[in-house]
Amino acid sequence: MATAEKQKSDVVLKYLRPKKKFPSVWCPGCGNGIVMGAFLRAIDKLGYDKDNVAVVSGIGCSSRLPIYLDFHTLHTTHGRALPFATGVKFARPGMKVIVITGDGDALAIGGNHFIHACRRNIDITAILINNYIYGMTGGQGSPTTPSAAISTTTPYGNAEKHFDPCDLAIGAGASFVARATVYHTPQMERLIGEALEHRGFSLVEVISNCHTYFGRLNRQGDPVAMIKAFKDNAVAKARAEKMTAEELKGKFVIGGLYRSDKTEFCDEYQKVVDAHLVK
Amino acid sequence: MTGKLFDNIKTSSDRFELRLSGSGGQGMIFASVVLGEAIGLAEGKNVVQSQSYGPEARGGASKADVVVSSQEIFYPKAMKLDLLLAMTQEAMDKYYADLKEDGILIVDTSLVTSVPTDKYYGLEFTRLARHEIGQIMVANVIALGAIAALTGIVSLESITNAVLSRAPRGTEDKNKKAVEVGYNEAMKLKK
Amino acid sequence: MAEKQKRLLQGNGACVQGALYAGMRFFAGYPITPSTEVAEGSARELPRIGGRFIQMEDELASMAAVIGASVAGMKSMTATSGPGYSLMQENIGYAYITETPCVVVNVQRGGPSTGLPTKVSQSDTMQARYGPHGDYTAIAVAPSTVADTFSETVRAFNLSERFRTPVTVLLDEVIAHSREIITIPEKGEIELIERVKATVPPEKFVPFEMTPNKVSPMAAYGEGYRFHVTGLTHDPMGFSTNEAKEIGPKLNKLRDKIMNYTAEIEKLRIEMMDEAEIAFVSYGSVSRASLQAASLARSAGIKVGCVQFCTVWPFPDDTLKEVLSGCRKVIVGELNMGQIVHEIRRILPDDVEVHSVLRYDGEIITPMQLLEKLEEVL
Repeated sequence: MATAEKQKSDVVLKYLRPKKKFPSVWCPGCGNGIVMGAFLRAIDKLGYDKDNVAVVSGIGCSSRLPIYLDFHTLHTTHGRALPFATGVKFARPGMKVIVITGDGDALAIGGNHFIHACRRNIDITAILINNYIYGMTGGQGSPTTPSAAISTTTPYGNAEKHFDPCDLAIGAGASFVARATVYHTPQMERLIGEALEHRGFSLVEVISNCHTYFGRLNRQGDPVAMIKAFKDNAVAKARAEKMTAEELKGKFVIGGLYRSDKTEFCDEYQKVVDAHLVK
Repeated sequence: MTGKLFDNIKTSSDRFELRLSGSGGQGMIFASVVLGEAIGLAEGKNVVQSQSYGPEARGGASKADVVVSSQEIFYPKAMKLDLLLAMTQEAMDKYYADLKEDGILIVDTSLVTSVPTDKYYGLEFTRLARHEIGQIMVANVIALGAIAALTGIVSLESITNAVLSRAPRGTEDKNKKAVEVGYNEAMKLKK
Repeated sequence: MAEKQKRLLQGNGACVQGALYAGMRFFAGYPITPSTEVAEGSARELPRIGGRFIQMEDELASMAAVIGASVAGMKSMTATSGPGYSLMQENIGYAYITETPCVVVNVQRGGPSTGLPTKVSQSDTMQARYGPHGDYTAIAVAPSTVADTFSETVRAFNLSERFRTPVTVLLDEVIAHSREIITIPEKGEIELIERVKATVPPEKFVPFEMTPNKVSPMAAYGEGYRFHVTGLTHDPMGFSTNEAKEIGPKLNKLRDKIMNYTAEIEKLRIEMMDEAEIAFVSYGSVSRASLQAASLARSAGIKVGCVQFCTVWPFPDDTLKEVLSGCRKVIVGELNMGQIVHEIRRILPDDVEVHSVLRYDGEIITPMQLLEKLEEVL
C-alpha cells in the first residue's frame, strides 16, 4: 500500500513545475488537490507529451490549478477560459487543450461561453470543479448554490434555483458529459481519461468540498465529513435509472452521463473549407 | 464674417462629383461601384465612392456618390455636385439643391414628372429597360451608358467592361446591350 | 484591362487585405456595424491561405480567442465598433499585461452605448488610450484613406509584433465604407516585422525577461518551451507576484518598451506647412477635410498648413511641438466633444491659440466648416 501511494505521488511529481513554490493557494483539505492528482494520473496513463498539452483557466480557486503544472498554462480572465482555449485549440488543432474551471467561473460570468463551447463541440476537455460557492472572494452564492443554502450573499438562504452543469452541457450540445466527486477518485481519473480521449467538447463535473465557506456556513463539517457525504449521496448512473424521482431527491448521479459522436468543430471547419476550396 | 477668405478661394482642381440617386432596389450603389471601377481602374483616375447606409438606405431616396479627380482626392464626400442622376421624383426633390448651377442633371423621365429646371437631359431609363431589354432591373446600367455619353468621363468600352466584370453569369448580353442603349439614346440628346 | 493588383476597395476591405499581407492567420470576431465587412472578408480569405476564422459568441470571447491564438503562435486580429470595443476592453487589458501581440480594429461609430451604428465618429480616441483599467501604454494608429488603411493595418501588425503589445487601428465609418482605388503592394515591398522568438534552451527560458529594450523574446505553445501566462501581475518567470520590488519593474516594462522607442512609432503627415502661421490638426477622415480646407485657403493666399497624425497613441509630443513651432494658431478638428484637442493644448506654449471644430452629430466635418472657423480666427 505504501509503495502504491509512493508510485502515485511520483506520477504527480513528474508533472509539477520544478520552479513553482509550494504550498498551493488552497486551504488544507481542499478538493482541488485531489482533482489535480486524478487529472495528472489520467494524463500520465495516456502518455501525452507535455509539450502538446495546454491547460487554460479563468479566475477562482480552481483556476489556480494550472499554475503548478508543467504544461503550457494560460491563467486568464474571469469566465473567459473557454474562449481563450478556443483560440489556442483552433490555432493548434493537434494540441490537447484542457480547461479547469469552477461553478462561478463557468456558469455565471462564463455561462455564455460555456454553452457556446458545448454547441460548437470544439475538442476541449473542461473539468468543472463544483463546490457550490465562490471560495476565492470569501463565500458568495454561485449558480450551483442549492436553494435555501447559506452563503455570504444569501445570508437568509438562497432564493434562487441552481444550474445542473451536466444537464446544461447536454442541452447545449456537448458530446461527452460525466460527473465525478472527490471521493470517487479512481472513477474521476477514468472519466477524465475518457474525456481527454473523446474528440469533441467534453465536460467532467467534479463535485468538491469548500469546507472553509460552504461547509462552515451550512454546518456540513470538516473536509472528511463533506467528502463522506459525497459518498453517501452519489448514485451510479445504472442504479439511478431504476430509482424514482422521489428516491433521487437530494442525491446526484455520477459516472458517464452522455456521449455522442457528432463531428468536432476544427475537423468540420477543415472539411467544409477543403470541400469548397479544393476544386 | 468678412467674406474675404471665401471670395478669394480659387478651385483649380479637376474634381468632378457625381451622385446616382433613386430608391432602394434600383441599383444605385451597384451602378456607383461599377462607375468607380471603370473610372478608377480603366481610366486611371482617383475615385472615392460612398453611399448612404442604414435606415436611410432602406426605401425612400437612396444615393451613391462618386468623386473623381486626376489629383489626390482630399475631401471624400461630395460638396457640390457636377452631375446628378435622379431615378425617382423623391430623389429629384431631395438632391436637386446639391447640384451646381451649371451641373449636369440626368432624369429618368419615365418616373420623374416634375423637374425644377428646363436644363436637363431626360431619358426614359425604366421604360427603355422594359421595352428594349425586357428587364427593368437594368435601368441603372442604361443610365451608366448615358452618363458615359453625356460626360465623357469614361469611355463606352471602359464602362462596358466594368459592367460585364460585375454582371452575374448569363446576363452579359443583356447588360452589354443596356449600356449601348443608354449610350446611343444619350448621344441623340447631345446633338 | 487595369493592372492586376489595383482594386476598388472599401476601407474595411483594405483592412482585411493589409492584415493578410502582414501575415494574419487568425481572426475571431462578432458582427457589428460598421465593422462587419472586416469579419466577412476574413471569413472568406483566411481559409484560402490556411488561416482560420471564427465567429465567437460575443466580443469578450472574440478578444479572448485572438489572444489564445497569438499565444499559440498565430498573428491574430479582431475587428469591432463602439459597443463591441467596450466589451473587448477586459481582455485587451489582459493582452497588455501578458504582452501578447494582436491587432484590434475599431471602426468608430457614434455613442455612448448603441448610439449611431451607421454614423461616423471619433469619440473612442481616449478609449483607445485608456480603455482597460490599470496602467499601461497604448499604441493606436488611424488611417485616413483606403490605401492608408491597408498600410496602417500592416504597420499595426508590425508594431504589435515588435513591441509585444496589442495595437488598435482606429478606423472611422467614413473610411471604412468609402471605396477607393488601391494598389496592393508586391510581397516584400513593405517590411514585415515578426516577434522575436526564444532561442535559449527551454530550461533557461524566461518568458518575461528584462531585456535591454524591455521586449522579451516569445515562444509559442507547442514549441518546446512550457511557460505560464497570467493576467495577474507577474515576475519575469510569469508567476504572480505581490512583491513591490517586482511589481514596479513589470509596470515600467509595459511603459518603457514603448515610450523609449516613440521615434519608431510616430508617424505624421505634414502638408503645406512652409511658412504656415495657422495649422489644421486632425487625424482619420477629418484630415481629408483639413487638407481640402488648407488647399482652398492657400489658393486665397492664406498661410495655412495641415498636420495629420497617423499614430494617435503614443501622442507625438515633441515632434508635434516642433512641427507647430511656427504657428500662432491651431485649429483642431475632431468628431467628438473634444478629446485630442486637450493633448494639443497640453503640449503647446500658452501664447499659441488652440481652436476646435467639433462635430458629434453623425456627420463628417466639412472643409467649409473648417474654413469658417479659419475666417473667424484670422
